[in-house]
Amino acid sequence: MAEVPMERTLKDVPVGASCVVKRLTGTGAVKRRIMDMGLTKGTRVTVRKVAPLGDPIELTVRGYELSIRKDEAARVEVEDA
Amino acid sequence: MAHAKLNIALAGNPNCGKTTLFNELTGSNGYVGNWPGVTVEKLEAPLKADPSVILTDLPGIYSLSPYSPEEVVSRDYLVKTRPDAVIDLVDGTNLERNLYLTTQVLECGTPSVVGLNMADVLAKRGDAIDLPALSARLGVPVVEISALRGTNVDALVDAAVEAGEEGRAKEPVHWFSSTVEDALAEIAGIISPAVADPATLRWFSIKAFERDGEALSALDLGEGEREAVEAIVCAVEDELDDDSESIITTERYDWIEGVVAECVRKAPAKLSTSEKIDRVITNRILGLPIFAAIMIFVYYISVSTVGTIGTDWANDGVFGDGWFLSPASAAAYDEAAGAYADEDYPTQLDAFLAAAGDAGLDTSEVLGAIEDGDTAEIEAFAAEAEAKGVVAKDVPWLDADGNYLDTEGNVVLVDADDEPMLAAGQELATHDPITATEFLSAVNAEEPIPGEYGWFVPGVPVVIGEWLESAGASPVVQSLVLDGIVGGVGSILGFVPQMIVLFLLLCFLEDCGYMSRVAFVMDRAFRRFGLSGKSFIPMLISSGCGVPGVMATKTIENERDRRMTIMLTTMIPCGAKLPIISLLMGALIGGIEGWWIAPLFYLLGVACVIVSAIMLKKTRPFAGEPAPFVMELPDYHLPALKSYLLHVWERVWAFISKAGTIIFVACVGVWFLSNFGIAGWEGGSGAFGFLPEMADAPANAMDYSVLAGVGSAIAWIFAPLGFDNWQAAASSLSALIAKENLVSTFGVLYGLGEVGEGSTVLWASFAQMFTTAGVVHLGAMFAFVAFNMLDAPCFAAVGTIRRQMDSSRWFCFAIAYECAFGWVVGLIINQLWELFALGNFGFWTVVALAALAAMLYQLFKPMPKFGEEAMGKNAPMGEVA
Repeated sequence: MAEVPMERTLKDVPVGASCVVKRLTGTGAVKRRIMDMGLTKGTRVTVRKVAPLGDPIELTVRGYELSIRKDEAARVEVEDA
Repeated sequence: MAHAKLNIALAGNPNCGKTTLFNELTGSNGYVGNWPGVTVEKLEAPLKADPSVILTDLPGIYSLSPYSPEEVVSRDYLVKTRPDAVIDLVDGTNLERNLYLTTQVLECGTPSVVGLNMADVLAKRGDAIDLPALSARLGVPVVEISALRGTNVDALVDAAVEAGEEGRAKEPVHWFSSTVEDALAEIAGIISPAVADPATLRWFSIKAFERDGEALSALDLGEGEREAVEAIVCAVEDELDDDSESIITTERYDWIEGVVAECVRKAPAKLSTSEKIDRVITNRILGLPIFAAIMIFVYYISVSTVGTIGTDWANDGVFGDGWFLSPASAAAYDEAAGAYADEDYPTQLDAFLAAAGDAGLDTSEVLGAIEDGDTAEIEAFAAEAEAKGVVAKDVPWLDADGNYLDTEGNVVLVDADDEPMLAAGQELATHDPITATEFLSAVNAEEPIPGEYGWFVPGVPVVIGEWLESAGASPVVQSLVLDGIVGGVGSILGFVPQMIVLFLLLCFLEDCGYMSRVAFVMDRAFRRFGLSGKSFIPMLISSGCGVPGVMATKTIENERDRRMTIMLTTMIPCGAKLPIISLLMGALIGGIEGWWIAPLFYLLGVACVIVSAIMLKKTRPFAGEPAPFVMELPDYHLPALKSYLLHVWERVWAFISKAGTIIFVACVGVWFLSNFGIAGWEGGSGAFGFLPEMADAPANAMDYSVLAGVGSAIAWIFAPLGFDNWQAAASSLSALIAKENLVSTFGVLYGLGEVGEGSTVLWASFAQMFTTAGVVHLGAMFAFVAFNMLDAPCFAAVGTIRRQMDSSRWFCFAIAYECAFGWVVGLIINQLWELFALGNFGFWTVVALAALAAMLYQLFKPMPKFGEEAMGKNAPMGEVA
């Protein structure tokens, strides 16, 4: 992960808001895992809540609840729904 | 049955009802083991309906990627071992994500059927799935079932058996865009000579497109072929502007979206019960308090109340003297026993006999008479003593632990010569003058016998002991059976009631979906030192008992985290270590105002876990990116009773069967060490044998045992820690059977007999051991206790670690690390005390400071890089570097 992308990522999406996945950055196991769980290009995602200690976050994607860390959310570039 | 033996694999996402279906189909009387080389559980059992069909439960997975051990064992099974058929179970309420695995399973080229689970929930929601359409799109039969209610599961199995007997997979359905499909066709042309089974050609083509080295390592591809494939992949990547793995994943999901849109008619969404529950339970403000409350409840039930009652019953009842079936008789007995103990008859007896001896009477005859219950002789002696006016005065009143009491009933401490130390104004409690009358009543006072209080079941050792006695077994055999075998097995089975209680609670939390919320709530706190939120539960439970604590690591998915938690969780002081802490408190400050010492050791335990976690995380086997925390939060649901109970039983049985062996062997081993030796005492024969039965064996016969020899031989190891006497080493060894043994062994080694940690004499001896020239060496004392807190846990926990690691290499590493870490911490404590309190500086001070510096360096150095190999995609996470 060479640089922090300047694009808007899933990490920046406020609780309650929805967005659409544009691209995933990074490589390897973490990226594949995020995609395997259904966060692929064009998927609509809603940010549900933030855990009591501020991390991770809870998403609704493809009709189920998914929890990912903010570090991982930062790899998901998004655009407005 | 007419057909040959069939192997059917059961695949599916976690939480899709796979285990419920497996239990429904097999009755779960099968084999529970591990997949080779990983800590992933493997379940195999014949079908209830047709025992010639073997069902293998694959781990719950979301994908067949090469990144987690669960996924790798599943794909290896599907592609290399090749079952005759696969049942892919999908959760109908979550079709999109479940079908993602289905597409990959179908690619493996094995005859498959899809089971659509949770049909009942779907119907209730008002959703409808067009089964024929779904079946047509997937190209395989789809059977609607409810695993929970057992509806239609036979039809599913019949379809699978039929597919398996047919023996050929249906024509693969093509789900990618034409660009990708064309590329896959080209790749298939290139690699087909290397693929032995044409049914797997599509699978290998896709893996080649994804550059999946793990899968391709099975193929013998030449350099030219690799380059040709690479050229094709690069061309597609350029055209679609994405990497090949992402292209495949995205197109898979795109295809599924189309299928779902076509086949599923959804009712308008409502806020589900699960979402309502989660609004409260993982609430930003209430999340932590609710979590704390649930954990305290689990701890309270399984460790301090119900679990302890169960363990006490098993240890003191079934594997002790016996137990009462009726609470009323138990209460009556307790009252009588308490009243008997309060009277302190043995002291009265001894004091009167001593007084009679002083008055010139011969007491040797009467001692024998008391033993034999010869009333006439005793009465004659009493009369003679009365005639001589024998009275024992100022006899100190002792409590059940043999401690002096003051007039207020408080325990009085003793000095190094075992004399009571009284504060100003404090007076010893004494008996009234003991005359012949008191003597007679003391002799005649009978200790209450539990068997006379009704509803009493004698313990296993009592029954076996009586049986051995009546069968005329030799004392060696009796001791081996009772102390070695029954004691050993008892120490295993004693934990079972507690484990049942614990797993009843934990499996419920796991099965209903709360465990993933625990990880969600706690993740942030634990990630700081390289563990995930799920490591919290094992550590909490370990404060009660390390055995269920290590067992509870089952719920951690990531293999590195799981191994690390297994290694570290027993550093938290467990219930059995508390007597050691009490002993230290007693020795140090008389056990009264030492409330801060116990928390100190808990704090030490927690600190050691954190320090170890951070240090280990920077070593090669544990290094790597933090495990991705991309986790499903499944809907809450009440688990099916049968599956739930089976789940609990599996956990408990796994412990009894697997851990039992090592504990048993170890207990017999330590029994041998501590009971056999050379009769080297004055007047001893000098022969090797069973010490307690040797002619004129002294009370401290254990001093001559092999254990004592081993203790002396290894005492030098502990010299830098400040306790180089063999007693300390030997009691540390015997503490491996059970940590509380340290205290009782100590008592035996110091010739105090069976005394508890509440005995003031034992406190004094313990302090004495660390005293030189009248000064108590606090450093050595704390080092001794710290070492025994942190080193290898008791055999029961060691056995559980062995079972949980399922790798002798990892197991040895875990035990070696614990012992070494405990030793180093002990060394640092002792040497720092030497340096700062006593001003001594020597070789070991340097070593201790170097060790401390090394630890600090490892703690604060940045995360090292281990190169691509450790982190790259070709290394499965479980691989030991």
